[in-house]
Amino acid sequence: MRRGHHKKGQAQGPAKTPSDSAGKVAGACGTQGAGPGAGHGRGWGRARAAGLALPLLLGQLLALTGGGGAFYLEVSEQEEKCFIQEIPDGTVIIGNYKTELYDPAMEKYQPSPQWINLFVFVKDPENKNLLARQYGPWGSFTFTSQSPGEHQICLHLESIRFALFYDGKLAIHLDMQLGEHTNDYMELAANDKLTLLHLRIQQLVEQVEKIQKEQEYQRWREERFRQTSESTNQRVLWWFILQTFILVATGIWQMQHLKSFFKAKKLV
Amino acid sequence: MGSVASRSACALPLLLLLLLLQAERPGGAELTFELPDNAKQCFHEDVEQGVKFSLDYQVITGGHYDVDCYVEDPLGNTIYRETKKQYDSFTHQAEVKGVYQFCFSNEFSTFSHKTIYFDFQVGDEPPILPDMGNRVTALTQMESACVTIHEALKTVIDSQTHYRLREAQDRARAEDLNSRVSYWSVGETIALFVVSFSQVLLLKSFFTEKRPVSRMVHS
Repeated sequence: MRRGHHKKGQAQGPAKTPSDSAGKVAGACGTQGAGPGAGHGRGWGRARAAGLALPLLLGQLLALTGGGGAFYLEVSEQEEKCFIQEIPDGTVIIGNYKTELYDPAMEKYQPSPQWINLFVFVKDPENKNLLARQYGPWGSFTFTSQSPGEHQICLHLESIRFALFYDGKLAIHLDMQLGEHTNDYMELAANDKLTLLHLRIQQLVEQVEKIQKEQEYQRWREERFRQTSESTNQRVLWWFILQTFILVATGIWQMQHLKSFFKAKKLV
Repeated sequence: MGSVASRSACALPLLLLLLLLQAERPGGAELTFELPDNAKQCFHEDVEQGVKFSLDYQVITGGHYDVDCYVEDPLGNTIYRETKKQYDSFTHQAEVKGVYQFCFSNEFSTFSHKTIYFDFQVGDEPPILPDMGNRVTALTQMESACVTIHEALKTVIDSQTHYRLREAQDRARAEDLNSRVSYWSVGETIALFVVSFSQVLLLKSFFTEKRPVSRMVHS
C-alpha cells in the first residue's frame, strides 16, 4: 500500500513558508524594490520575451549538466536496461538523459565522449515499435503513446569505436516526464502574460485533466480485466463439460474393448 | 505603474532566481522495471546536504511479490535495509552531501522475475513561479484555496497510482490464471488418453499367455 505520500510542500494554509509563491501580483514585484529591472517601464516588456528564451535554455542545460533531479544507473556496454511505463493513449513522454563514463584515474564520472551512443527502443503494448533510434551521448527522446497499456522503454549503450571496456562502467542519467509536467510555467507566463493566480488555476486545470485521463485509462483496464476473467470462466466451464464427456467416452471404450477381449479369450 | 509594467519589471530577478534555483531543483522519478532472478539493480542520486528524500516501492508481479531493498549513503553506511518486503515507504534527511544509492535485490529467488515500481522524490516541490524573496504579504484567500486544492489533487493522483499498481497486479494474476487453465486442460486431456490407453494395455498383458517365458523355464 502506498503510504499517504504527502509530497513535500506541507501547505497548511495562509501562513506558508517562503517556498511558496508570493501574494498579490501587483504588489509582489513592485514592492520588492530589488533588481535592476525595476522601474524600466514599458521598454523592458519588449526585450522580455526574447530575454526569457535564453535563460530558459540555460536553465535546462544547467539542469542536465548539474544532474539536477535525475537519478542515474550504472551499466556496462551493450547491457540493455528496460523500463515499463503504464500509460493511457495520447500521452507524451519526454526522456532527458545524459551519459557519463567512469574514469578510473580520477575515480569519478566524466561526460562521455562523442563516440558513445544511446540506442532507445520503445515498444507499445501490441509489441509495435514506437521508437527505435540512436541518440548521442546526451539529449532527449520523446514519443507519444498510440494505445493504452504497458509500454517498454529499453536503452542500451553502443560505442561506434568498438572500444573494449574491461571494467568499463557507464552511467546513464535519466529523467522521464509524462504529460502535465512538460509545461513550463515561466514560458506560459511570458507568452500569455498571465497573472500568478491564473498560473495556479492553470496548474490545477492540468492536474484535473491528468486525473480524468487516468480515470479513462482505469475504465479501459477494468474492461480488459473483466474480459480476461470472463474468458477464464468460459474456459473452465467448457473444460468441465469436455472433461466429463471424455471421461465417460473413455470409460465406455475401455469396457467395450475389454469385454471383447475377454470374450475372445473365452473367459466370459 | 500598471500591472503590465510591474510584471515586466520582475522578469529579470525572476530569471536570476530561476537560474539559481536550477542548482537545487528538486527531482523525482517514478519508474517500473523488471528485475530478473538472482539479479540486483541499483540507482544512484546526487543529494545535497539537509535535503529530505523519500523512496516508495512496490512489487507488482512475480513470485511471492517480495523484494529486498537497501539504501546507502555516500559514506557507505546502510541507512535502510529490508528483506522480502512487498511495499514500503522510506524517508530520510540527507546528512551528507553526495551520491546516495538505493538497490533492489532479487538474489534470493531462483526463477521468478519481479516487476518493481519505485518512486524516488528529492526535495520539495518547486513553486510555479520562483520568486521566493517576495513573500512580503500573506497568501490571499484565492491563493490559499488554490494551494489546498493543489495538495488535495496531488493526493488523488497518488491514490490513483496506488490503485493502478494494485490493478496491474490483479490483472497479471488473472491473465496468468487464464493461460494456466488453457495449458492445464490440454495437458489433462492428453494425460487422460494416455492413462486410459495404458490401463487397457496393462490389463490385457495380465491375461496374455506368456509363452516365451514358460518355454525358457521348462528348458
